[in-house]
Amino acid sequence: MTKVTMIVNGKSRSAEAEGRTLLVDWLREGLRLTGTHVGCDTTQCGACIVHLNGEPVKACSVLAQEVDGAEVTTIEGIAGADGTLSAVQQAFQDYHGLQCGFCTPGMVMAATSLLRENPRPSEAEVRHYLEGNICRCTGYHNIVKAVMAASGQDVPAVAAE
Amino acid sequence: MYDFELVKPASLQEAIEAMQAEDAQALGGGQTLLPTMKARLAMADTLVALSAIEEIKGICTDDDGRLCIGGGTTHAMVQRDCAESFPALASLAGRIGDPAVRNRGTIGGSLANNDPSACYPAAALACNATIVTQNREIAADDYFLGMFTTALEEREIVTEVRFPVPEAAHYEKFIQPASRFPLVAVFVAKYSDAVRVAVTGASSDGVFRWNEAEAALSGNFSEDAVKGLSAPDADGMISDLHGDGAYRAHLVKVMCARAVKACA
Repeated sequence: MTKVTMIVNGKSRSAEAEGRTLLVDWLREGLRLTGTHVGCDTTQCGACIVHLNGEPVKACSVLAQEVDGAEVTTIEGIAGADGTLSAVQQAFQDYHGLQCGFCTPGMVMAATSLLRENPRPSEAEVRHYLEGNICRCTGYHNIVKAVMAASGQDVPAVAAE
Repeated sequence: MYDFELVKPASLQEAIEAMQAEDAQALGGGQTLLPTMKARLAMADTLVALSAIEEIKGICTDDDGRLCIGGGTTHAMVQRDCAESFPALASLAGRIGDPAVRNRGTIGGSLANNDPSACYPAAALACNATIVTQNREIAADDYFLGMFTTALEEREIVTEVRFPVPEAAHYEKFIQPASRFPLVAVFVAKYSDAVRVAVTGASSDGVFRWNEAEAALSGNFSEDAVKGLSAPDADGMISDLHGDGAYRAHLVKVMCARAVKACA
């Protein structure tokens, strides 16, 4: 075991990791930050997305030791310190962008990255960007509406509805 | 995952030394290898992570005008930084997997793995790119030796890939929406003296050049030249629940015609 230290949600945090310890397990087991979910464990579903040095990655497919020293933002770091939801989180609530909530941390992290790169995406761009995030409840329409709303745009009836 | 020792060299030289360990395996972005190891379909005593080696990352143009991409360069970097210098390649990189995968996966990892449905092998073969390792330079024509098989020796690391930039090029991908790999994809590259056509996702031998299309397009670079051809032989094409060999052979022709049209 090796001590691994990262800046997680703005604070220096340390926990032990084996060579094979995944970033998601280091966050969940080592730091008890269980907001980041493991959905498929095969790099497909996106429930484990965190921001690694500012970019979205699937934390189930990154080794913790490999990114020792990195800056990581998890879903726990998205709301304000006083608990105020981010624009994306609030929009997910307002537009019912979740049902069971399991995929939601990854969806919020991905959507937050999208709006940072592209503040006013089209509906097609939202759907394209979220291709690596799987939701088995909502049929995606309300998620897409939530992201459109979070970008400050009108929320039209979505194309496939 | 079976246990292993993780080594994180900071330089290419350290990585070459680390790869001398018995049963050592290089780790690029880990977007294929780590899931494979988690499924216990692969294992290693020592995993040599290449992601901290800055000298094998980045993109530049050499004196011959070739686009030189470090083996550790992520798909996201190629998507962003080749948009003007080689738009067809940037477009290919931007359609691999999803945004999170593109932030980790690397061109060197993709070419070393040579998945029969991977995107980058099609670009490398269509451009006859040069695959550079710590030991030598390998022409793409000599590099791809079959499904998950390349000319790389044990312990060899892809440090750079050099692309002669075509006059016109396009990558047409018929996506398999669950995996985001191509069901079939075709990269067409037009040079002043030749047209090259590489196909991925179709053959169980991995990426290949469609010689008949190259010959037809060299005389007449048009969609009609492709439409006049018979589809390639369906024997040896991948058949699975997503499409049988005859369907894939048909898609090769359709994707090729679309790629040529998009070059115009």
